Amino acid sequence: MVGALVSVVPLAQGDGFFRERDEADCVQSNDTVCLDWALDNADRYVSPTLEHLLLVGVSVAAGLVIALGLSVLSHRRRWLMPAFLATTGVIYTIPSIALFLLLLPISGRGTTTALIALTLYTLQIIYRNIVTGLANVPDAAKDAGRGMGMTDRQLFWRVEMPLAVPEIIAGLRIATVSTVAIATLAVFAGAGGLGDVIYTEGVQAGVFKTAIVVGSAIAIAMAIAFDVVYIGAQRLLSPWRQVRPV
Amino acid sequence: MEVGTAARQEAGEALSVEFREATKRYPGADRDAVERLSLEIPAGDICVLVGPSGCGKTTAMRMANRMVEITEGDIVIGDRSVRDRSPAELRREIGYVIQQIGLFPHRTIAQNIATVPGLIGWDRARAEARAIELLELIGLEPELGERYPAQLSGGQQQRVGVARALAANPGVMLMDEPFGAVDPINRERLQNEFLRLQADLGKTILFVTHDIDEAIKMGDRIAVMRIGGRLAQYATPAELLMAPADGFVEDFVGADRALKRLALMRVSDIDLWQAPLAHVGQATGEVRAKLHGAEVPYALAIDSERRPLGWLSDADLRQETVPARPDTSPDPVLDERDVMRDALSDLLQAETRYAPVVDGEGRIAGVLSVEIISEFLTSDEALTEEHSAAERPLG
Repeated sequence: MVGALVSVVPLAQGDGFFRERDEADCVQSNDTVCLDWALDNADRYVSPTLEHLLLVGVSVAAGLVIALGLSVLSHRRRWLMPAFLATTGVIYTIPSIALFLLLLPISGRGTTTALIALTLYTLQIIYRNIVTGLANVPDAAKDAGRGMGMTDRQLFWRVEMPLAVPEIIAGLRIATVSTVAIATLAVFAGAGGLGDVIYTEGVQAGVFKTAIVVGSAIAIAMAIAFDVVYIGAQRLLSPWRQVRPV
Repeated sequence: MEVGTAARQEAGEALSVEFREATKRYPGADRDAVERLSLEIPAGDICVLVGPSGCGKTTAMRMANRMVEITEGDIVIGDRSVRDRSPAELRREIGYVIQQIGLFPHRTIAQNIATVPGLIGWDRARAEARAIELLELIGLEPELGERYPAQLSGGQQQRVGVARALAANPGVMLMDEPFGAVDPINRERLQNEFLRLQADLGKTILFVTHDIDEAIKMGDRIAVMRIGGRLAQYATPAELLMAPADGFVEDFVGADRALKRLALMRVSDIDLWQAPLAHVGQATGEVRAKLHGAEVPYALAIDSERRPLGWLSDADLRQETVPARPDTSPDPVLDERDVMRDALSDLLQAETRYAPVVDGEGRIAGVLSVEIISEFLTSDEALTEEHSAAERPLG
């Protein structure tokens, strides 16, 4: 399915660019943004946007699952935590284009490579936030839970994890916004996305400012939309945070 | 038929708790945190562990539900050693209250209260009904059950902490400075409420505090501990106050221990003296005769209902009959239900030697004096005359 999306990316189509007479001037003079032209050609942004959504959604979701796994492991065995923090931290410092290129010989050109790289980038932020969230659980609540006869597992899933939810969601928000931005470089791994609009269309065949601006605008809008969803999820998942304390 | 500990536990019946040379030594420590502690706590009693900070009292308490593992020795609840139990299972049968309360911020009050019922598999309806029942028991509106802990005041949260510990009707409760984090006025209110609850519930309670006054107020028995987790004295509050085992205990209970002793009792708890009674209109000759060799050298005029009217002066006694209005007012008139310490204070403030004591209907019951109180304090009676914590006057 991912492959199918990639194959339908409408690339710059030579003369086809300049069909519309009124808008042609704007495009010809390469103004900052040719809004009318962009609106008339809106359908050409649909696939890159969907690809981008998919890249962000899948990599953040995979990052969350892996980070949760790591945090369960390091919760039981505290000595693993510095190792996990260091490893995810080091990965985060690898320049993204370099990582895409490094992965090409291993996972080949395409969405898989992009998803691997993007997922790796989310780990640092999500894992660190889960760790912080778990560390911030009040000792008294843990002591009371244990003292009432909760097993370690019950305490973890019924008390510690739910109380870490706000921090975890805060981590997901940062990870998602940064992934929306980094995913525009997935085009170098051959995974399409909004990078296709910004780079392939806006830069590669000579600078076309409208494509750069529109591609970026969609990315920004996407980041804001994700944030709104997270704020909603936050309210839904941590109702105790919404109450007014006495 | 012999009823086993498990069955009695099931019914929420209080169980005895016995520390048998229970010892805790942390790895790498050069001395024991708790050293060969032996205590017997009868079922239904409140045992207060008290001592300076670092004396091991909290550690000792936490050994009972294996929040701290015993290094040597044993603790037996009912007739089962805690060492034979799985820690989680054991803890579900023991109420647990801590100073920081430790309510779960993400769970409603009702959900917090229903924690242990949930762990032991009660169905939701039963757990919810129990939560509402407990909210009523601790004097909170059932509607508060839907709120989150952050929406409750400190005092309310502390009550919920107690309710949560009571949820599965444990026979034994551990309470670590449960009222330590609230202001003095609320603390006293919470202590009194808890003692009233305990009068009905009759749980076996291990109660930890560093405050000797709280220990005296809450304890049926008090274990005074010294640094190193060693037991300095294990006694009833009266024994502790009247006969401290050594200098450490004496210092710890404080120089005002005699007054503390008086705070634990009511006027009716000691043998009052009797003054010669004179009915209004009675011939003064008869009264004067009664004054010879009387315990109290003054005669008290009473009305037909035996209510004190006043002390008869020499001038009064020179009259033919006992006057309806004696020269000296009977004040202060004490009630036999008064706390002894307050009665003493009244006596001292009024600068009188003797004060009439009346019963609930205002009828004369006897006479109290500073002398009687001081004689009581130096007698053996002061050691033995004792109420359980729940029956004591609430100061």
